[in-house]
Amino acid sequence: MELASLLQYLISGLTNGAIYALIALGFVIIYHATTIINFAQGEMVMLGALCAISIYHHYPSLPVAFVGGVVLVTIVGILFERLALRPVRDPNPLTLIIITVGGAVFLKGVAMILWGKEAYSLPSFSGDTPFHLGGATLLPQNLWVMGLTALVLLALESFFRLTLTGKAMRACAYNPRAARLVGISQSRMVLLSFALAAALGAGAGILIAPLTLGVYDMGTMVGLKGFCAAILGGLGSSFGGVLGGLILGVAESLATGLISSGYRDAVAFFILLLVLFIRPQGLIRGGS
Amino acid sequence: MNPRQFLNPWVLFGAAVLLTAAALHNDYYLTLINFIGIHTLLVVGLNLLMGYAGQISLGHAAFFGLGAYTSGILTATYGVDPWLAMLAGMLVCGLTAFLIGVPALKLRGYYLAMATLGFGIILYIVFNEAESWTGGPSGLTGIPDLSLFGFKLDTPKRLFLLIWPVLGGIMALSANLVDSRTGRALRALHEGEAAAQSLGVNTSRLKLMIFVWSALYASLAGSLYAHTLNFIAAASFGFMFSIKLVTMVVLGGMASIWGSFLGAAVLTVLPEMLTMFHDYEVIIFGVILMVVMIFLPRGLVRGIMDLWEFRRYKKEGGIIG
Amino acid sequence: MAFHAKAEKYLGEPLCLGALVVILFTMPILELQDISLAFGGLQALDKVSFAVGAGTVQAVIGPNGAGKTTLFNLITGFLSPQAGKVVFQDQEIQGRPPHQVAQMGIARTFQLVQLFDHMTVLENVMVGRHRLSRAGLLAGALRLPWTRGEEKSIKERALEELAFVGLGDRAQQPAATLPLGLKRLLEIARALAAEPTLLLLDEPASGLDAVETERLQEMILALRDRGLTILLVEHDMGLTMEVADQIAVLNYGQLIATGTPREVQRNEEVIAAYLGTDWQT
Repeated sequence: MELASLLQYLISGLTNGAIYALIALGFVIIYHATTIINFAQGEMVMLGALCAISIYHHYPSLPVAFVGGVVLVTIVGILFERLALRPVRDPNPLTLIIITVGGAVFLKGVAMILWGKEAYSLPSFSGDTPFHLGGATLLPQNLWVMGLTALVLLALESFFRLTLTGKAMRACAYNPRAARLVGISQSRMVLLSFALAAALGAGAGILIAPLTLGVYDMGTMVGLKGFCAAILGGLGSSFGGVLGGLILGVAESLATGLISSGYRDAVAFFILLLVLFIRPQGLIRGGS
Repeated sequence: MNPRQFLNPWVLFGAAVLLTAAALHNDYYLTLINFIGIHTLLVVGLNLLMGYAGQISLGHAAFFGLGAYTSGILTATYGVDPWLAMLAGMLVCGLTAFLIGVPALKLRGYYLAMATLGFGIILYIVFNEAESWTGGPSGLTGIPDLSLFGFKLDTPKRLFLLIWPVLGGIMALSANLVDSRTGRALRALHEGEAAAQSLGVNTSRLKLMIFVWSALYASLAGSLYAHTLNFIAAASFGFMFSIKLVTMVVLGGMASIWGSFLGAAVLTVLPEMLTMFHDYEVIIFGVILMVVMIFLPRGLVRGIMDLWEFRRYKKEGGIIG
Repeated sequence: MAFHAKAEKYLGEPLCLGALVVILFTMPILELQDISLAFGGLQALDKVSFAVGAGTVQAVIGPNGAGKTTLFNLITGFLSPQAGKVVFQDQEIQGRPPHQVAQMGIARTFQLVQLFDHMTVLENVMVGRHRLSRAGLLAGALRLPWTRGEEKSIKERALEELAFVGLGDRAQQPAATLPLGLKRLLEIARALAAEPTLLLLDEPASGLDAVETERLQEMILALRDRGLTILLVEHDMGLTMEVADQIAVLNYGQLIATGTPREVQRNEEVIAAYLGTDWQT
């Protein structure tokens, strides 16, 4: 493979990887607060993209569409936690898997009714004039995705480390009983984790929409890949999740170049199975 | 035979099959009933895995597809005898389940769910992409009819007379199984893996066995499906079909053979009867999955039976469970 | 009950030198040799060694967190020691998976009762027969003729064990509908159905009322008279002192004393470890 095309695959790999990283963060946050793997996480990505597209359609301002999409989906995440997970009386994994899968399917169905089966596009955040970089082209949207992901990551880290609420969330994850003793409300933290994860998913969906279009059934694939990224990172740290996302994105992109594009999605799941079977604790040991 | 024995579900089942064969001549309904049979076969297998052994599979459609494609490709492309192809399908499916099961069943809960889901999607992609073999999205045509004792099973009625007795046999096997030593061990594994192990149950071997066993049911169902339609396409074996099967298990009830039949029947007939159902199908599956699991985590039929039974014993003995 | 009286009862004849030799020098059925296990920085067990004589009741006591349940999990294969050996009937069993250990004839109950809630009381005990029966998946599905005989004997034996613990009239109800005291008894019946050589009881008296504890005590002695070896973790000191032939005392993962109930009660280190605890003897 020549250098230019290698660079091209690297660019698209890192872009997709950044998206997977955002979704992976959602998995990690919810897992930390509840030990639940939320199968509906991918649908938040889809909803984020489609909501933003609809808002933009009525009121063509990208910042408004972005914020509006994130807020709407965050509300969906909160409702999902309150209505579908809070009332569960026997919270064993089998029950929770089926409920979150049910939630995913439900949201997908609703999206199909609301938006139909066609794919929608969102304009790029700052035009489509490509940069040229050593024979490869780099779209401004690629930069937006990578830049905003980095920004979100920084913001999240400072939230968890510096703010009182963030510290409380981490305390809950480490030791729920002790957290309760010092007056932290576990149920509020769980709710917050779902809200945060939904917001992250929505953001990922809106960022990627200009590159891949938004369509009602995009959630399953993208959600699974986000999970794959989270597992690669060991489900432990946000850093691991981000690294997992980038590794997955690049691996997938390179494989597309080497094999064929039809099997592109299979690569991600092949990696997922490989990691689950060989090293379920993740490539990067889950640390603090 | 005393009158009570007539109320035995197996007697009723046999009578219903005979009656249907004798009285029903409408090809549309017979075809629909045949699909109920094929779905029940799948759901009984999945229920053994999910409802009885407590191991989830979100990729069961892959085994269904593997059976269907093995039958389809061997008969349509290579002209192999359909019955032989059916056996080959079961062999392929059993072997695949074994190879996937060895590493996958070491995983628990969410991880197992993700692994089976990933496996299902990989096979779905292969069904779509390996066009020279499978026909890809446009499908594989020219799958011949089955024939038995010189009769071509080319009408819905004749297929009915194959599918339903076969199903009856499989359901009887399954009912025997869950009421046997292995069946008790399966249920024990579901309700307390550590306790089961402490009594000498080799739980990892048992999980693998039941995973392969349920894949065999799916393969058989796939072969029957291929010969019923004479045509298969990848779209029938995707993620949504796996979810549909899980929904049938949940609706009918975990750990219930007859519940499997009910779940399969309801979710096969409803989409056909209500045309509006088609658009809302996915939403309805989602709602069923969530609502049933929130309120009756063991599924509808089993959940209601539990409530009744628990109430009875609480009343009788004045015991707080 | 005094040690002498117990020895008399055990042998059914007055105590003599020969009987003492038999009791004190019976071949150990289970031997722990320098077992150590640490969880992270916490040394759960530190070079613990003791032997359990065949046909005796051996109790393990100690304050909470002393490592008693960890010890049980090590013997039954749910945990592996980082150092040391577990020898059962002359075979090293440390590191073997739980089902293999169970198949060798070690059965256990759990500190938090672990029944198969949605199965009937009878079915719970029938699972106990697993290691002694052999119908596999295919034989069971086809209901081969020979499996019917096996099923019948499984059921009969299960009913016997249920009758032994006094649950004979509750065979058909779901296990979850039993009150806690009866659940503990059911768990014992299930373990007994496996016809173990060694039975491990993890706090069998917790959650039982006085009458039920009395019944449990009789049951343990009856089982020993059947020839079973019993290893017992228990907080109820009254019960422990009544039934135990030998007691091992753990404190912070270390074995601080072994001996007869009377010896242990007088041991100063034990008294120090239990300072403030009511011995209820």
